[in-house]
Amino acid sequence: MTEEIIIAGFGGQGVLSMGKILAYSGIMQNQEVSWMPSYGPEMRGGTANVTVVLSDERISSPIINSYDTAIILNQQSMDKFVSTVKPGGLLIYDPNGIIHHPERKDINIYTIEASEAAGKLGMMKIFNMIVLGGFLKLKPLIQPEFIHKGLEKSLPVRHHKMIPENEKAIDIGKDLIKAVQLV
Amino acid sequence: MKELKLMKGNEAVAEAAIRAGCDGYFGYPITPQSEIMEYLMYQEPYKTTGMIVLQAESEVAAINMVYGGASCGKRVMTSSSSPGISLKQEGISYIAGAELPCLIVNVVRGGPGLGTIQPAQSDYFQSTKGGGHGDYRLLVLAPSSVQEMADFAGLGFELAFKYRNPVMILSDGVIGQMMEKVELAEQQPRFTEAEIRENTPWATMGKPNDKERNIITSLDLDSHKQERHVAHLRDKYLEMEENEVRYEEINCEDAEYLIVAYGSSARISQKAVELARAKGIKVGLFRPITLFPFPKKPLLAYTNRIKGILTVEMSLGQMIEDVKLAV
Repeated sequence: MTEEIIIAGFGGQGVLSMGKILAYSGIMQNQEVSWMPSYGPEMRGGTANVTVVLSDERISSPIINSYDTAIILNQQSMDKFVSTVKPGGLLIYDPNGIIHHPERKDINIYTIEASEAAGKLGMMKIFNMIVLGGFLKLKPLIQPEFIHKGLEKSLPVRHHKMIPENEKAIDIGKDLIKAVQLV
Repeated sequence: MKELKLMKGNEAVAEAAIRAGCDGYFGYPITPQSEIMEYLMYQEPYKTTGMIVLQAESEVAAINMVYGGASCGKRVMTSSSSPGISLKQEGISYIAGAELPCLIVNVVRGGPGLGTIQPAQSDYFQSTKGGGHGDYRLLVLAPSSVQEMADFAGLGFELAFKYRNPVMILSDGVIGQMMEKVELAEQQPRFTEAEIRENTPWATMGKPNDKERNIITSLDLDSHKQERHVAHLRDKYLEMEENEVRYEEINCEDAEYLIVAYGSSARISQKAVELARAKGIKVGLFRPITLFPFPKKPLLAYTNRIKGILTVEMSLGQMIEDVKLAV
């Protein structure tokens, strides 16, 4: 099994940390992982993205041009990455702020109203975990116990009291994910 | 099993340096390697192992602090990225001339000039063919994973002291910024004063009554003596070529074609090898790990049985010259 994922959105949405939690959880589940961020001036107030690869085998390239899954959290990222999803692959996006919805007919498309849900709860910080929950519902690549361990490893100890809320957010995401198009 | 961590290459080399018993880090920030000093400052090793972490006023100051620390037999290091490494070249030449051990990490970005902060491999010539003035070589290690970033810190110090020569870890923005699984070595103690006196009798650490004073210099105005010194350096570099060549071969046994690539290009090439093999094309990957000494002999051994070599590097073509010389 190899899963190549791009997560893309605004800086501050927790894109990089979502990737890190996913990657650390992969390690806890004894998988090979790589995490390659966009870095530099484009991160400040602009778009941020990270490529995460989970695999049972040694990962060759951490840099890829086409993905099994794209998780898209703003319009700029939609414009940039919609064409990079492999045919038959998976696109998950939060429709909040999306003006031009994806028109590809050869990929599976799901939406997740994560920013709305996080806003209602008054906890924007767990927005990224809601999205992660949606992804894990569709592709249960990592068992919940290892997600728990991944959270413990990724978050500084002083934030460990937030772990139950993060896990709850993952469960919320699992209920929120909606199919738009299946191929 | 040892603890597995998810770390950036920059963080891994910093943590591994602490664990290798490093005495001092002197640096100046520059993207894409700033996490090295950032990580060290955050870890505060001066409170645990006693390792000094210092942000110098400039790259030139940092490399001269390394020169000073190395003169005292200490395990010292610096890091920078391409334009900053250029600024350090005078100091590197002096350190090589004075035969001192140290570790230099270059997380390469695109250039020339200030260039870009994105990854590149265009400092190959600078690292392997000199960089500063005079007849000298660096021992150059090219990691292609976060694990190797960690492993080469300890190895780098070991080789630097073995040959009394600067060792460079030639990385790039990909390896520095990406996170992977890494298994770290156990904490090694820093050298004690007695160990320094014992293992590095050339170090300047105060003149004992029963010994001549040690002098560290790269200057010798007697041209005959200087020539002998340079010949001695040459012998040392030949010894490295004999003993320190490192490389990795992937899918090379039955290969009809060879890709030669190092660092992050080797990772991308490995993917290309997988894709080609899936189409029935017999391609192998030959990955130099030491760029100096370059693995000439093992590469030459392939020439009789392969149809062609493709050199892949993120530059206009620098390592290709060593590949051509080898085959």
